[in-house]
Amino acid sequence: MELKFILEAILFSAQKPLNPRELRELLAAAAEHGEQAKPFKKTKEDAIVAALEELQKDHEAAQRSYRLACVAGAWQFASQPEFAPWIIALVGSKARPPRLSQPALETLAIIAYRQPLTRAEIEQIRGVAVDGVMQTLLERGLVEETGRAEVVGRPKTYGTTPIFLEYFGLRSLEDLPAADELRRIPVTKPEQLLTADPGLATTPPEQLALDDVESMESKPSPESPPPT
Amino acid sequence: MAEYKVQFEVFEGPLDLLLYLIKKEEVDIYEVNLTRLATQFIEYVEVMRMLDLEIAGEFLVMASTLMYIKSRELLPKEQQVQNVEEDDGEDPRWELIRQLVEYKKFKDAATQLQAREWEQEHTFPRLPIRPEEPAPSAPPRGEASLFDLINAVTEVLKRVGQREDLREIFEDKWSVSEKIEFLVKLTTEKASVKFSELFSGATSRAEVVCTFLALLELIRLRQLVCVQSSDFGEIEITRASSPPQPLIATDAPGQPNLS
Repeated sequence: MELKFILEAILFSAQKPLNPRELRELLAAAAEHGEQAKPFKKTKEDAIVAALEELQKDHEAAQRSYRLACVAGAWQFASQPEFAPWIIALVGSKARPPRLSQPALETLAIIAYRQPLTRAEIEQIRGVAVDGVMQTLLERGLVEETGRAEVVGRPKTYGTTPIFLEYFGLRSLEDLPAADELRRIPVTKPEQLLTADPGLATTPPEQLALDDVESMESKPSPESPPPT
Repeated sequence: MAEYKVQFEVFEGPLDLLLYLIKKEEVDIYEVNLTRLATQFIEYVEVMRMLDLEIAGEFLVMASTLMYIKSRELLPKEQQVQNVEEDDGEDPRWELIRQLVEYKKFKDAATQLQAREWEQEHTFPRLPIRPEEPAPSAPPRGEASLFDLINAVTEVLKRVGQREDLREIFEDKWSVSEKIEFLVKLTTEKASVKFSELFSGATSRAEVVCTFLALLELIRLRQLVCVQSSDFGEIEITRASSPPQPLIATDAPGQPNLS
């Protein structure tokens, strides 16, 4: 018998999402209930995770109407979103709070990728105060205080909670889209920065008379090599 | 499509407005003409003023930064500050572009989160029906009523009232939202928490009241469940069973902020 099918059977009948530790304990306990369960008595969590990931890929490849989902480290079967109308007709809509506003999502994204960070650091990125939005995020339990920064004034730092992972159906923070890129944003300085057109600033000031639009139209196309 | 767009959109902050203007220009952030952008930005701020919209201070700060960048460019080249190109931190143009690029990436990340939010809202976990013959069942426990809770908190308040040193004036330093966080954290760490445990560290009546209001709010949001195994017995607080739900904040009633 293959480990992944045993795990599939367990998760198929499970009342709640199970994490690898709970699954390992189950495999150990099952040895009491049957001869065939004995070989799996000492299965390690790594092996369980690997088997679950394989199972997840199997289901994905089979393009079933449900998938094996891992949310905040716990695994369970869940229907695919495109089948929502039928499930809603069956069990009713999910009891979920209203969707997050755009500013709330942006602030949350900044916290998720850059945690732990202070309110001032969030505001620096967004370029606008975040007090109201932070209040909402804290009340919804999506973010929490994580400590204090070792800078003047020791401001509070913030990070995301397990509720955040659950709300967005994320396995872990590593599961955030483009996580590596956004944690340390590589912003490389281009060879030249355009403010006014090259050469424009060398003309005497009195000839500049705010003809930005005109000069913009005569600007060389971006493809042409920068003048040296 | 752009022609049918409402002429004026409300922006969250100055960076949003700048990104919008850049998008309108259909150029890469790195290739944008900042002088032109400065003019457009200030035009928008003027319109906002005209419409009597509340302009955040951040807009005015940004407008002045843009004006500074623009004014520097108006100087003949030989009169411009010489060392600006050598030090990245000194060039305000670069600083602004860097900030825009960074912000844009987080905006994109927010869009992806929004897609996940929708997806998760439409994903239903498999929750089979409980088997007919239950395993050794837990003792029947009733959910504590509001009166049970008020009764319990009255006991706590009596105790705290006795402890309080009346000669000193205490600063109110607790808020309901803070206590909500505390309760969520506590119940995530422990499967079940006794009612009295919630207040064991409370030092004043105000703090007890805050914690209690936070508890009521979480019960209302179906985040927590309070059970009382016997009449007038100890109340136990646990996280509400699946599906896990984040807290509702937007429709929360006006909370007394005691901080």
